[in-house]
Amino acid sequence: MRLRCSAEINESPRYSRESGNPAGGVDPRFRGDDERGAVIVARRLTPAALVMSILLACLVTTLSFVPVAQASDGIVLRRGNAAEPESLDPARSDTVNASRIQDDLFEGLVILDADDRPQPGAAESWTVSSDGLTYVFKLRPGLVWSDGSPLTAEDFVYSFRRVVDPATASSYAFILFSFQNAEEIVQGKIKDLSKLGVEAPDSRTLRIQLKRPTPYLLAELAHAKFMPVKRANVEKYGASFTQPGNLVSNGAFVLEEWTPQARIVVAKNPKYWDAANVHIDKVIFYPISSPNEELNRYRAGELDVTYIVPNAQIDTLRKTLGPELHSNTQFELNYLGFNLTKPPFADNPKLRQALSMVIDRETLVEKLIKDGAPAAYSAVPAAGDPNYKPAKLIWSSLPMAERISKAKAIYAEAGYGPDHPLSIEFRFQTDEDARKVVIAIASMWQTALGVKTSLVSEEFKMLVAHRHEKQLTQVFYDAWVGDYPDATTFLDLFTSGSGENDPGYANPKFDALIAEAGKTLDVAGRASLLQRAETLLLEDNAIIPTYNRVELFLVKPYVKDYRPNPCGYTYSKTVTILPH
Amino acid sequence: MLSMLVKRLVGAIPTLFVIITMTFVMMRLTPGGPFDTGRVVSPEVQANLMRAYHLDEPLFQQYLRYLGDLTRGDFGPSFTSKDFSVTQLIRQGFPVSLELGVSAMALALVAGLGLGTFSALRRNQASDHVVIAFSMVGIIIPSFVMAPILTLVFGVTLQWLPAGGWGDGHQLSYKILPVIALALPRISSIARLSRSSMIEALQMPFIRTAYAKGLPRRLVLFRHASRAAILPVVSYLGPATAGIITGSIIVEQVFSIPGIGRYFVDAALNRDYTLVSGVVIFYGCIIVLFNLIVDVLYGVLDPRITRR
Repeated sequence: MRLRCSAEINESPRYSRESGNPAGGVDPRFRGDDERGAVIVARRLTPAALVMSILLACLVTTLSFVPVAQASDGIVLRRGNAAEPESLDPARSDTVNASRIQDDLFEGLVILDADDRPQPGAAESWTVSSDGLTYVFKLRPGLVWSDGSPLTAEDFVYSFRRVVDPATASSYAFILFSFQNAEEIVQGKIKDLSKLGVEAPDSRTLRIQLKRPTPYLLAELAHAKFMPVKRANVEKYGASFTQPGNLVSNGAFVLEEWTPQARIVVAKNPKYWDAANVHIDKVIFYPISSPNEELNRYRAGELDVTYIVPNAQIDTLRKTLGPELHSNTQFELNYLGFNLTKPPFADNPKLRQALSMVIDRETLVEKLIKDGAPAAYSAVPAAGDPNYKPAKLIWSSLPMAERISKAKAIYAEAGYGPDHPLSIEFRFQTDEDARKVVIAIASMWQTALGVKTSLVSEEFKMLVAHRHEKQLTQVFYDAWVGDYPDATTFLDLFTSGSGENDPGYANPKFDALIAEAGKTLDVAGRASLLQRAETLLLEDNAIIPTYNRVELFLVKPYVKDYRPNPCGYTYSKTVTILPH
Repeated sequence: MLSMLVKRLVGAIPTLFVIITMTFVMMRLTPGGPFDTGRVVSPEVQANLMRAYHLDEPLFQQYLRYLGDLTRGDFGPSFTSKDFSVTQLIRQGFPVSLELGVSAMALALVAGLGLGTFSALRRNQASDHVVIAFSMVGIIIPSFVMAPILTLVFGVTLQWLPAGGWGDGHQLSYKILPVIALALPRISSIARLSRSSMIEALQMPFIRTAYAKGLPRRLVLFRHASRAAILPVVSYLGPATAGIITGSIIVEQVFSIPGIGRYFVDAALNRDYTLVSGVVIFYGCIIVLFNLIVDVLYGVLDPRITRR
């Protein structure tokens, strides 16, 4: 290809030389000596001259973009950051890639360390009442915004109220539902925002009043929804308060540039309380949605850290860039859901169990996914909640052959067999990695039980809509990422009132156990209630857990202490860059 | 001339109106809404979102509201880039797509016309076959193959040029590969078009007349033949330029360029109603404008076409 490119480039100047018309395309004989001068001149423009003038115009355009001298940026960390963030407003964003930028720009009361354990952030200390309903936080002394104005507890009160305010329309407002009156405010039943269970007795004290004990509240508080925003700027600039020049923040970095679809540059915030321990001057986030392109730019030396790596290249990367490849087990469950409201899966738990038993999860993760993801036999991923040990499907330890022979018997009991095979539609998101997994599972069903599966690949939004409607779906593929490091972030999904309960699982016993756990303060007691609920969910075979995701990413050897945690929080302030 | 322009511009209004209406209706008929992210939890939260963006109103009322906003030049807020309005996004992305597109088109014109003419004059000689083969390759290899190849060769392996990105927007080095990737298929099309039309033009009676008058070959070629030969290229240029300056979806994606091309796909996938409508209307306007320019150019280049 290169040879032909250069041939084409060599040809073009020759054409211009041959066609060269020194008068700039206008034949002097016709210049202005006619009444219809302009028109005639235009008419006599030769095509060559036309091309020349367009070329000239382009040259001028290009010259106006001559590279400007680069000012020294100091120590810069260049991070791949998946897609363009939908918003940098903590109240209105909802993706992990947005929160990775927010983790640098803002700082909530607490932050999460590499193992998802809460550490002091803007708050230096806190106390919890014995009934678990009142939390009192003490802010660090002398906190200021990036513009130098003081940051007070009142700023947090304003920011929390803003999240539940129906006018803000935050899609993540539910994360505050443990707060007194939060749910009612979101629903519009209470109009007075000051009724929200948060107040500031003085400028450094913040009191949070809960309506139910929430053992994971501290971890939740690290979420972007609890980051403070400056009231004056929000009121002055509205939705554009997060644009460069308008945004005042309190994190280790401040927003310097935001070119949508190109890059977001944040610079060290000298007013940050711990600025002395921030060792980089700038972080540049590149929204690169294709993992292949991200890898190319990493290999070309344009990125220091990638967001992810392309699944298809894992084997090659292990060989070529092994020491730079890092992994982070996610608090994420990949599972198959059944539509429990319609035949054939409604009221047929045996059929569901047979389909679940014959899926060889170990083969899936070792041969297909290959990134070190653990096979899943639980509804709650093992990584993520330090206080919880997930329940397991009871047959998970049986060898595959035995599982298949048992499954065949159960399949027959469910009313199916070689003469009367099950024939189902399997819906999944249009995505290469998902397709591979789905095909493998369908073939496992076919081989072991003779199930006829037709695969229906749907664009993501379409799939979500169909799953919610529960009309078309039979079996579907889904992944769920925990919002906060607690088992309930998964188990709550399957309560009968949950809007996300796509299988349509409804078991009053399960609901009761979850509700009881919600009232239980004792950590061990609560965990055992949740475990019983999870066991029930698994015994009912409402879902087929398949595997937990592992995130692989590349980090250049000179970048130290870059550590995303299982919830996906990543703070650039901990990073140091060695001379290279 | 002026009345023709006015007439054409007024005539474009119904076209645009149809485009606006169809986009509006089609986007809303697609299952899934802008806020179905797979994890919107309570119906109340959903309701608040819908209210904030007026999506709870009856469709016809939404439509009227949208038309009303449009007459004020307001494309509405983007649903997926919540911190920007659609107008802001287009204003930020269009200059980038325009710059890339114009540069690529200029390169394509110069190289394409050059190759085409060169080839026509050496018809059926070895060099002609080489050009035809080259342009065939340019047409068959799609951008989604060509662009990554360029990145791999010049960005990753040789490291002569950046593998992607846009730098701070002022660095020339970031623009070279995308311009080449954008230009290649067009060079091929233009070369093939201009080759065949040049061959045709050279056989016209007026060329024989010109030679008979004793005009030198250079003049015959570049004043008489090329004028007739360029017409098909000009009619190709209109839509092609409109397409290229509103951004190439693939090239912008592969090189991570902040133009508006990628919004066509991303916005539709995300059901970003306002952004989709915004870019489609904008694209419609550009197409109308360029077709108009082509018509005017046609009149200028070919005296046989009378302007009415």
